[in-house]
Amino acid sequence: MIETTVTILLLLMLGAVTIGIVRVRGLFAAVVLLGVYSFLMATLFVVLDAVDVAMTEAAVGAGVSTVFFLGALSLTDTVEAPGKRRQIMPLFVAVVTAGALLWGLSDLPEFGSPDQPIHRQGADYLVRSMPETGIANVVSAVLASYRGFDTLGETTVVFTAGMGILALLRRRRGEGKS
Amino acid sequence: MRLDVVLRVATKFMLAPLLLFALYVQFHGDYGPGGGFQAGVIAAAAIILYGLINGLGPVQRIVPVGLLEVLIPGGVLIYVAVGLASMLLGDNFLDYNHLAHDRIHGQEWGVFLVEVGVFLTVFSTMIAIYYAFAGRRRS
Repeated sequence: MIETTVTILLLLMLGAVTIGIVRVRGLFAAVVLLGVYSFLMATLFVVLDAVDVAMTEAAVGAGVSTVFFLGALSLTDTVEAPGKRRQIMPLFVAVVTAGALLWGLSDLPEFGSPDQPIHRQGADYLVRSMPETGIANVVSAVLASYRGFDTLGETTVVFTAGMGILALLRRRRGEGKS
Repeated sequence: MRLDVVLRVATKFMLAPLLLFALYVQFHGDYGPGGGFQAGVIAAAAIILYGLINGLGPVQRIVPVGLLEVLIPGGVLIYVAVGLASMLLGDNFLDYNHLAHDRIHGQEWGVFLVEVGVFLTVFSTMIAIYYAFAGRRRS
């Protein structure tokens, strides 16, 4: 009961923050609101018992990426350029996408239901992980051991992103030391 | 640079616990929530916080760009090396069972080393992105 109330409250605040992000013209305020959004998402993940994801969201979404956004802002203008007044096409795309998502929502199994296919047909890591790997945290066991190859791919993605950023944005050596 | 005494003092108090928490998240990831990715981001956030307060020069004395350029590919290479080691020991790629004297210890070593690789790559990539943004002047 309390959990439902908290969840609904958080979702309402998420909606309010989202509207704020869309409406606000100053980009500085938008960046701060994005940080607020990430913190609300992290809290929501804690309510859903996904602590690993919550930590990542709080550290990456609210912390580091806010700094990156501010760093990008300091290189550009801080006020959004005024757009055209009435734009039918974006509204249409947004409404259709939202409609499709809501339509798809009705097919999802009930939240936390033990009958959904992922609990009945998937590999039973909850039972297997402790005797096979001796790692108490099943999330860690799945990420690093059972699905180690996926995590290697993710690490390579991070590596690629770092290399791309370095290649694009880094000042070349000897190109003015201001 | 005159009215930021509060920020400087608060940052000094926060840096050590932040780094300690990153290590906790890294090494306690087998038992509690967390792992290499989260720990890397938290540790990078500590370094970035130091950079925000003290400027790019001092922070690049602690974590130089040259070090980052070694660590970013280094993490991936550690990860791949663990996989190759398990292949040489007669298992599948990234199958840690034979890394130690028995299966459980092998898994523990494999997961530990792999998480170290993830940590290094994530940590250094985050800092590299920060340096890339902070090092540019508005043109």
